[in-house]
Amino acid sequence: MRSMTELKLMKGNEALAEAAIRAGVDGYFGYPITPQTEIIEYLMTERPEKRTGMVVLQAESEIAAINMVYGAASTGKKAMTSSSSPGISLKLEGISYLAGAELPAVIVNVVRGGPGLGTIQPSQADYFQSVKGGGHGDYKLYVLAPASVQEMSDFVEDAFDIAFKYRAPVLILSDGLIGQMMEKVILKPQKQRMTNEELIEKYGDWAVTGRKGRERNIITSLDLKSEKMEARVHRLMKKYEQMEKEDLRFEKINCDDAEYLIVAYGSSARISQKAVQLGRAKGIKVGLLRPITLFPYPKQALFELADQVKGILSVELNAGQMVEDVRLSVEHKVPVEHFGRTGGIIHTPEEILEALEQKIIKNGSIKHHKSRESSIL
Amino acid sequence: MEVSNIIKAENQVFCKSKLMTDTALSYCPGCGHGTAHNLTMEVIDEMGISEETIGVAPVGCSVLAYDFMNIDMTQAAHGRAPAVATAISRLWPEKYVFTYQGDGDLAAIGTAETIHACNRGENIVIIFVNNGIYGMTGGQMAPTTLEGMKSSTSPYGRDIETMGSPLKITELIANLPGVYYVTRHAVHTHKHARKAKKAIQKAFENTRLKKGISFIEIVSNCNSGWKMTPLESNIWMEENMFPYFPLGDIKVGGILKK
Ligand SMILES: Cc1ncc(C[n+]2csc(CCOP(=O)(O)OP(=O)(O)O)c2C)c(N)n1
Ligand code: SF4
Ligand SMILES: [Mg+2]
Repeated sequence: MRSMTELKLMKGNEALAEAAIRAGVDGYFGYPITPQTEIIEYLMTERPEKRTGMVVLQAESEIAAINMVYGAASTGKKAMTSSSSPGISLKLEGISYLAGAELPAVIVNVVRGGPGLGTIQPSQADYFQSVKGGGHGDYKLYVLAPASVQEMSDFVEDAFDIAFKYRAPVLILSDGLIGQMMEKVILKPQKQRMTNEELIEKYGDWAVTGRKGRERNIITSLDLKSEKMEARVHRLMKKYEQMEKEDLRFEKINCDDAEYLIVAYGSSARISQKAVQLGRAKGIKVGLLRPITLFPYPKQALFELADQVKGILSVELNAGQMVEDVRLSVEHKVPVEHFGRTGGIIHTPEEILEALEQKIIKNGSIKHHKSRESSIL
Repeated sequence: MEVSNIIKAENQVFCKSKLMTDTALSYCPGCGHGTAHNLTMEVIDEMGISEETIGVAPVGCSVLAYDFMNIDMTQAAHGRAPAVATAISRLWPEKYVFTYQGDGDLAAIGTAETIHACNRGENIVIIFVNNGIYGMTGGQMAPTTLEGMKSSTSPYGRDIETMGSPLKITELIANLPGVYYVTRHAVHTHKHARKAKKAIQKAFENTRLKKGISFIEIVSNCNSGWKMTPLESNIWMEENMFPYFPLGDIKVGGILKK
C-alpha cells in the first residue's frame, strides 16, 4: 500500500510524522512537549527502524535532541527534530550552530502560547523568534508555514530539499491548531532512504563519514581569523539572497480586484480565508495574501498590492509580530493594522471581518500614518 | 657530533603520530592535551581505523582538535559532544565514534548529555581530560576544581560550603548499568602515557566489539590556568589531584572494581 499514494484522515502532527518516514528521513530526535508529542509517539509506534531503517530516539532534552540532529547532519544524513515553543527556545543555540556550520536539517515548531510556560493552546507568537534569528549571530532560517494537514505532510520533503540545496537548517513553523486538527491527507508513496553514495552523488562529499579515499572533512562553525569568519557570514548571506530569488512561496486569494487586503499565514490564513468569503458576501472587496514561506517573505508582492488596495490588516495569533514585516514591505503606501488574539484564543472569521471593517475600512484612510499601535481584542 | 647525525629515524624514541597533522599545536607548552591527542591518534593509526573513525571536538582548549587530528571530525556546542556522538553512532553503527572533552564541557554544562549517553550505553569512546579548571576561558573554577584550589572565580580557594565539592563524575558514570569500561589515567610521564594508551586502545577495541560506553578520564595539568611552570604543575597534580582522583580502572567489562 505504501508504495502508492494513500488518502487518510489524520492529525497534522501524525501526518507530518508519517511523511517523515515516507520521505526517507534517516533520523528523528525529540523530546515530548504539548502540542506536538504525537509526532514522536506516532514514530515510536510505527517502528520506522523496521519500515525504512530510520532511527528514532527520545532525547534527554530538547538541547540534546538538536545536538543529535547536528551530529546526524554532520554525517550528511537527513535528520530532524520537532518541539513546541519552550523547547524551541532551548534548541536555539544548536540551531545557530547548524546555520554556522552549514548543515542541512529540519526543525518543526508546533507553536503554543507564551512567554514562559504560557499555554498549551495554539499561537503564532514565535514569528519573531523564527524569522528574526532567534539564536545568536548573523543567520536566518528558511521558514515554511503550513496551513493544513496536507501541508504538514507535504512540507517535510520540501523542507529537506531546501535544507540540502543550501546546506542550511529549515524550520516548519506550524501551531497547535494545525498540529492537532484532523483532515484528509494524501500521503506520498514511500521513498527509500538514500544511500551514502547517493547522498554524495547528489549533494557532494562534504560530510564526516570517515575519510576513506579522500582528504578529511571537518564540520565546524568556528573561525578564529576574522577575515575567514566574515567570509563565512558572507557565504550565509549569499544563500539567503538566493533563497529570496529562487524559493519564495506565497499564495494570493481573491486579490485581483481587492480593495482591502488581509495578510495571514498558517492557521490564521485558514480562518482569514473564511473571513474573506464573509466579506465578499457583504460586498466588501477583500483579498488574502498568504505567505507560505515567512523567510523569504513576499515583500515585492505586498509592495505591489499596496498600490492597489486601500488598507491592509495583518491577522496573527499574537500581539503583533508579522505586522512589522508587512509595514516594512509596503513602505507606508497604505495603512497597515494588526489584529490578533493571544493566550490560546483563536479568532473567528466574524471577528476578523469586524476588525477589518473597524480598523481599515472605516478608519483606514482617515487614520493613515497616525495609528501605528497594534491592538489586541 | 653534528645535529644531523643525531636526528635520524633509527635514533627516534618518541615521535608525533602519523595521524597528527603538521599544524602547530595551539596548546601552552607543557600542557597535557597534546600528549592525549597524540596517544589517541597513535591508537587509531595502529588499529588501522583512521578511515572509519569520526571524532567530536568539544568547546574548550581542545576545540581545535580537528586541526591536529587527521581524521574526519565535527565540532560540538559546549557540552553536547555526547549527544552529537550518539546520533553519529546510531546512524553509522559500523564506525568508530569518539568524543574528546574537558571537565567544564563534560562535567558542568554537558552533565545531562554525558550521563544520558552513558546510561543509554551508546557504542562510543569518551576521552575526558580533567585539568580541574576552565583552561580556555582563562582559569575559572571547574566542577572538578579541588577544595581550596584557587581560580579566577574562586580567588580565595574553592569553598565547598558555597561552591560544592569537586565532582567525581567518572565514579558516577561507572555506576550506570549501560557503561562497559571506565578507567582513569594520566599522561605527564611516559610510564603513565603508555598505560593511558593501552586504555585508549582497549576502548576502541570495545567499540569494535559493540560493547557500549568506554570512558577514559585523563587527569591532566593546566600549567597556565594553575599559574605554575609545567614541571610544578605536574608535581602539584601528583600531590593534589591524584589523591582525590585516583588513577586506575574503575569498571572493566561492565563490572565495577572494588
Ligand atoms: C554555551 C557556552 N557557554 C560558555 C562558553 C565559554 N567557554 C568556552 S570553553 C569553556 C570552559 C572549558 O573548560 P574545559 O571543558 O574544562 O576545557 P579546558 O579548556 O580546560 O580543556 C567555557 C566556559 C561557551 N563557549 N559556550
Ligand atoms: S590553558 Fe591550560 S588546558 Fe589550555 S592549553 Fe594552556 S595549559 Fe593546556
Ligand atoms: Mg578543564
